[in-house]
Amino acid sequence: MSKLKHLLLDESKYKITVPIIAILLSFLIATIVMVFTGINPVGAFKALIRTMTGINMDQLFTDKMYNARYLGEFLTTALPITMTGIAVAFAFRTGLFNIGAEGQLMVGAMAATIVSILLDLPMIVHLPLVVLSAAAAGAAWGFVPGFLKARFNVHEVVVTIMMNYTALHMSNYVLKSLPGSDQVKTVKSLPSGTFQSDFLKALTNNSRFHWGFVVVILSLIIFWFIIEKTSFGFELRSVGFNPHASRYAGMKVTRNMVFSMMISGAFAGIGGAMLSIGTFNYGRVLVGFENYGFDGIAVALLGGNTAVGVFLSGLLFGGLKSAQPLMQANQIPMEIAKIISSLIVLFVAMKYGFEMLLRLYAKQQLKEEE
Amino acid sequence: MDYVVEMLNITRDFPGIRANDDITFQLKKGEIHALLGENGAGKSTLMSILFGLYLPTKGRIKIKGQEVQIHDPHVANQLGIGMVHQHFKLVENFTVAENIVLGSEPKKSFGRLDIEKAREGVRETSDKYGLKVDPDARIEDISVGIQQRVEILKMLYRQADILIFDEPTAVLTPQEIDDLMAIMRAFAKEGKSIILITHKLKEIKAVADTCTVLRRGKQVGTVKVDDVSEKDLAEMMVGREVFFQVDKPPREPGDKVVEIKDLVVKSNRGLEVVKHLSLDIHKGEILGLAGIDGNGQSELVEALSGLRPVESGQIILNGRDLAPYSIREVTEAGVGHIPQDRHKYGLVLDFRLDENLVLQTYYQAPFSKRGVLDQEKIAEKSQQIMEEFDVRTGGGAGTVARSMSGGNQQKAILGREIDRSPAFLIAAQPTRGLDVGAIEYIHNRLVAEREKERAILLVSLELDEILNISDRIAVIYEGKIVGILDPEKTNEKEIGLLMSGSGKAGEADE
Repeated sequence: MSKLKHLLLDESKYKITVPIIAILLSFLIATIVMVFTGINPVGAFKALIRTMTGINMDQLFTDKMYNARYLGEFLTTALPITMTGIAVAFAFRTGLFNIGAEGQLMVGAMAATIVSILLDLPMIVHLPLVVLSAAAAGAAWGFVPGFLKARFNVHEVVVTIMMNYTALHMSNYVLKSLPGSDQVKTVKSLPSGTFQSDFLKALTNNSRFHWGFVVVILSLIIFWFIIEKTSFGFELRSVGFNPHASRYAGMKVTRNMVFSMMISGAFAGIGGAMLSIGTFNYGRVLVGFENYGFDGIAVALLGGNTAVGVFLSGLLFGGLKSAQPLMQANQIPMEIAKIISSLIVLFVAMKYGFEMLLRLYAKQQLKEEE
Repeated sequence: MDYVVEMLNITRDFPGIRANDDITFQLKKGEIHALLGENGAGKSTLMSILFGLYLPTKGRIKIKGQEVQIHDPHVANQLGIGMVHQHFKLVENFTVAENIVLGSEPKKSFGRLDIEKAREGVRETSDKYGLKVDPDARIEDISVGIQQRVEILKMLYRQADILIFDEPTAVLTPQEIDDLMAIMRAFAKEGKSIILITHKLKEIKAVADTCTVLRRGKQVGTVKVDDVSEKDLAEMMVGREVFFQVDKPPREPGDKVVEIKDLVVKSNRGLEVVKHLSLDIHKGEILGLAGIDGNGQSELVEALSGLRPVESGQIILNGRDLAPYSIREVTEAGVGHIPQDRHKYGLVLDFRLDENLVLQTYYQAPFSKRGVLDQEKIAEKSQQIMEEFDVRTGGGAGTVARSMSGGNQQKAILGREIDRSPAFLIAAQPTRGLDVGAIEYIHNRLVAEREKERAILLVSLELDEILNISDRIAVIYEGKIVGILDPEKTNEKEIGLLMSGSGKAGEADE
């Protein structure tokens, strides 16, 4: 008990303790909601466990106990939102608010589809080219708000929101114009240009799990390395936090701001590739936004904008997202999962309030010791 | 004796800090009462309580014998309390009269503004006290000194008889300060009561009757000004012995290090603000640049450090013309710059201290190798600067700059700039807003650098500072050097006249 108390009182650990408190509180409140609305909370948690581990708690020690397909589907869902999470976190760390990960993801998905359908190359060239084109498209979509901010001080939030709509309609138009497309999707990508893998499918009982996870892990490492370790990342952060002092220190402010937004956009663009050549193997004409960009904001927020944090919170939000169909199948409204996700965001956003409460608690403890 | 203001046993807590601890402050009618203390001593908090911006945690307030609850500034206004804030609260593109009546405008029928009546009222009050303010001038067109008088008129127009002046002399020339003192005396004679918030001892001696000294939220004492010396007041304020004079051995200036030739620089609005300025700075000297704010000092400093483009002319450092160089090239050439706005330019406040200490050198060896930062080398450098320059923080080199005190932030910048070993150090208002201890430290440190044969340009609005540590004084007026003086042979009056453009010119030594 005193160990836990120690952890709660340690101010340098707030970065870890506050998100964990937020998560626990969210589950607690969701449980209360379920009890009051007559839903059995145990069912919901069983569904969540089954989604994230593949273990069916109702069939323990039978041959139906474990189904890797759930695990595969869960990880597949986590991949794109982890990428948009990296994108938003990277922007945050460099002082920018990239609310346009959604649009950057769409153009990334579009570019990946185009290159994977139209080019016919050996996989070793084709697949990297597809991923790079997704990154390039996302970066181009990030360039516009970055440039407008750096050059004319136009706020990136306004520009990126508008660019989301542009991305939606432009990618729909382009995808429909590709040879063989119908009103809802394109033809299938060439196998050499996709992440899809029979091996991973077999391993996860025919889920849609794909090689994209390797790219996500690489992206997390690159994100961490640039921001924490390089002088380039130092410059990006400095310019983001205080352009005046950065200029005074001899840094190129305009250029760095544009770079920050482009790199952020590139991560989101790769997130698009996770969908169009990973989860699916064709380009989809979308009716509206799918909120991958906003999920990314939640992931970055809970993850404290660090690589490890984004990795873990990407998994959690991925789990909550992919648990929804199973919940519905068990007669639990899938909104419960959404309520939990939303509460987590709400509580993490209240982190200053939690920190204040923890400090008050610390003070009280001190007084009692006296 | 009747008190007009009585603040009895005032305590005010903020989260984690007690800003005022059991302070009793009593103001007599017709008295000028100074409130003295370093930054963070609790002066502003106490006055904010009186002005209705904060409520006290404990304690009572009586105005003219009546116990009152001042829960917002309107109540304070109704009680006759007026305040001239340190940063004026005026609408730039309104006229003087419009600013003065703002919020309590005289009305004609149907709520129409009676500007005639307002102008008349302003002129009347202005004439009565000899303030010489033109009611029709626009704020943006008048000097800071006149703007302050507008603020004073604003109080008078609202029938205030308890006047609070918050650091009123910070923005004024020596002559304007004298005028203000005379105005304050006239008010007191008329029966108005004045509270003067300041950390300048000379002004207290010159004008105040009584002085209450605060230190770290506590009341050190209330004294009659005639009974104490400046030194006594300083020691009450700081809590230890203070030396005003910096120990500065005389020395012969060395070779020219910096030669500014015929320099022209434009302001943000495209006007020439540095006009064909020439100036030399020698090895081992501190050249003090005196002048009223806005006479081209900021633009000159920005041009010297590469932040602002040079229109024409040369900045020659050890034989090389720096005028066409980028900021980074100027930095690499050995120019150090302590910027006047340390929060805007000097530091990235959300960075850790160690990151701030390598803000210009992070990309160079040994801090960075092939683009990868070497945290260990950065930590070593930070440790060295922190020890050498007595930078104190709560959490060592990992402390976020924002959470450091102003004095320690400035020491960190000073340390960083000196440590980069510049041939030429520009210190722009290096002690602005700092407490006596930090000021003393920074002055001694600058003098120490002079001993190390460095050339130092000190730009300051505080004449005391300039007189105290400079080897030569250059006076800037409207973008030109109007005089070069020897601090041993000049006085505030002579410098003040040059600063306001009315002194004899052409004493420049070239």
